[in-house]
Amino acid sequence: MELGYLLRQTWFGAFLAAIFVYIFFAFFGGANGFTSIGGTAGWLNTAAELGIIAVPIGLLMIAGEFDLSTGSVVGAASIIVAMCTSFFGFPVIVGIFLALAMGVGVGLFNAALVHKTSVPSFIVTLATNFIVAGTALALSRVLSGSSTVSIPDAGWAEVVFATRWNQMYISIIWWIAATALATWVLKATPFGNWIFAIGGSNDSAQRAGVPIWRVKRLLYVWTGVSAALVGVMTAIQFNQGNAVAGQSYVFQTAIAAVIGGVLLTGGFGSVIGVVFGCIIYGTITIGLFYTGWPTDWSQAFIGSLLVVAVLANNAIRDFALKSKN
Amino acid sequence: MTTPLISLKNVTKSYSGMIALSGINIDTYPGEIHCLLGDNGAGKSTLIKIMSGVVQPTSGEVYWKDKSVHFKSPKEAQDLGIGTVHQDVGLIPMMSVARNFFLANEPTKGWGPFRRIDHSKAREISISRIKSMGVSREIAADQLVGTMSGGERQAIAISRAVYFGARFLILDEPTAALGVKESSVVIDLVKQTKSTGTGILLITHNATHALSVGDRFTVLTQGQVVDQFKRGERTREQLLDLMSGGVKVESVLNGR
Ligand SMILES: Nc1ncnc2c1ncn2[C@@H]1O[C@H](COP(=O)(O)OP(=O)(O)OP(=O)(O)O)[C@@H](O)[C@H]1O
Ligand SMILES: [Mg+2]
Repeated sequence: MELGYLLRQTWFGAFLAAIFVYIFFAFFGGANGFTSIGGTAGWLNTAAELGIIAVPIGLLMIAGEFDLSTGSVVGAASIIVAMCTSFFGFPVIVGIFLALAMGVGVGLFNAALVHKTSVPSFIVTLATNFIVAGTALALSRVLSGSSTVSIPDAGWAEVVFATRWNQMYISIIWWIAATALATWVLKATPFGNWIFAIGGSNDSAQRAGVPIWRVKRLLYVWTGVSAALVGVMTAIQFNQGNAVAGQSYVFQTAIAAVIGGVLLTGGFGSVIGVVFGCIIYGTITIGLFYTGWPTDWSQAFIGSLLVVAVLANNAIRDFALKSKN
Repeated sequence: MTTPLISLKNVTKSYSGMIALSGINIDTYPGEIHCLLGDNGAGKSTLIKIMSGVVQPTSGEVYWKDKSVHFKSPKEAQDLGIGTVHQDVGLIPMMSVARNFFLANEPTKGWGPFRRIDHSKAREISISRIKSMGVSREIAADQLVGTMSGGERQAIAISRAVYFGARFLILDEPTAALGVKESSVVIDLVKQTKSTGTGILLITHNATHALSVGDRFTVLTQGQVVDQFKRGERTREQLLDLMSGGVKVESVLNGR
């Protein structure tokens, strides 16, 4: 692996940035415990829950589409689990199943809407986000009189979704599994080849025989289910469903993907890059707590990073297309 | 007489009332280069979209080896052996040569959930195929297509179509964006492909290229065939007049 090879990789910049950001906060926040087990668990948990959604979002963005509806799916899934178990008294498996099914449904709805309207998915899925969030909130209020519903005991689901070791949640394992699956799909399978091709040139991919709508539909379902999974997970971890939770994921997931080297226009990117993007995000948001500085800065910090990432990604792409191996 | 590969009989195509093609008759044959010439907007791209199943004719019939066919998708045409290299070449610049070559036809190994792209096979076959087209420069299978020259991209696209069983190859202006040297490389590619018995429909604006390789010629003007002839039946000047769709068309037709 020579330097030229590394410089052409979309994840390399994110890797360097992750190390830099970590060292930065270790330096300014280390004394307050950023590098302790508690601090480490903090940024890992944040990165993991973001990453479970951001990884498939990354695949979708490589295929040239957006999904800004994941935030409301998180909230809707968490309230579905809570309502089913405590309000209707169903076994927890029913709540989980319905929440995930809702994720699938939203994914299919997004794909169908993008396909039929030919409106940019950026807009279509933002509309879905409001529709789902509004519906979840309204139904929750009508049925239970509140936007939050508690879950007294989730039984076995506590083990699967809320186990902790030294404050590190089992979400980290789910995140690693999601990453491994997505990496495999993107790099090794024909489906992954199609994802790159669709994002690189929709028309050329279609004429070559790639079933572009089947690919996009599956990716939308993947992001929908992943968001629902995070909703289920957080509901069980906090013993509470919250219909309005999760809105922060709407842009965070896309931002993590872009910071991780996914090209905004599609066609270029990697799963491991998105993982570094999530680590950077987790490190900054949690790290700021430990510095003792006002946390109000975190958004400005991430916004600046986003601009740098977009510029860097474009530069990497141009460099990769210019260099003749 | 050999059976034609693709034939169009009395084909018409209109786009919401606007007539793009009318009353087109064309026969193409194996091992022959059929040049399709015409000015901008004459209907060349529309004609090849009908042949390659991208659009359906409004009326008239398409025949493949004397059998009537109705393509509902490009895939159906491909499956019969009709390969198309569109004006934009149809490759993905940000993907490697090997990944492009096998796009939507990836060779796999393993089974069930472990089925994966056989990358080494993809690399090997793509490179040996492209080399066999006579591309002289060293090409790496992992190189991004976007870093390659226009002629090399044509070579990839043509060799890909032939590898996947094209018996008839449609090339939409393969030399349009190329310099003199690259163009002659591509013209050699076309000749080489013809020599394997593949039928070719070559679309071009360039009368010199057409005359140097063409066996049969069809000239379109405003959606209609204004002349059809075989190699040697027209001079370069006559051809240029025909292509410009100009006033001299009548005299050429009368004079034959
Ligand atoms: N999808 C479409 N809808 C409406 N009109 C169309 C469509 N495609 C082509 N046309 C029209 O049909 C006519 C023929 O177009 P076509 O693209 O076949 O020409 P061409 O000979 O390939 O031109 P060029 O040399 O510029 O590529 C043009 O007037 C064009 O505007
Ligand atoms: Mg054209």
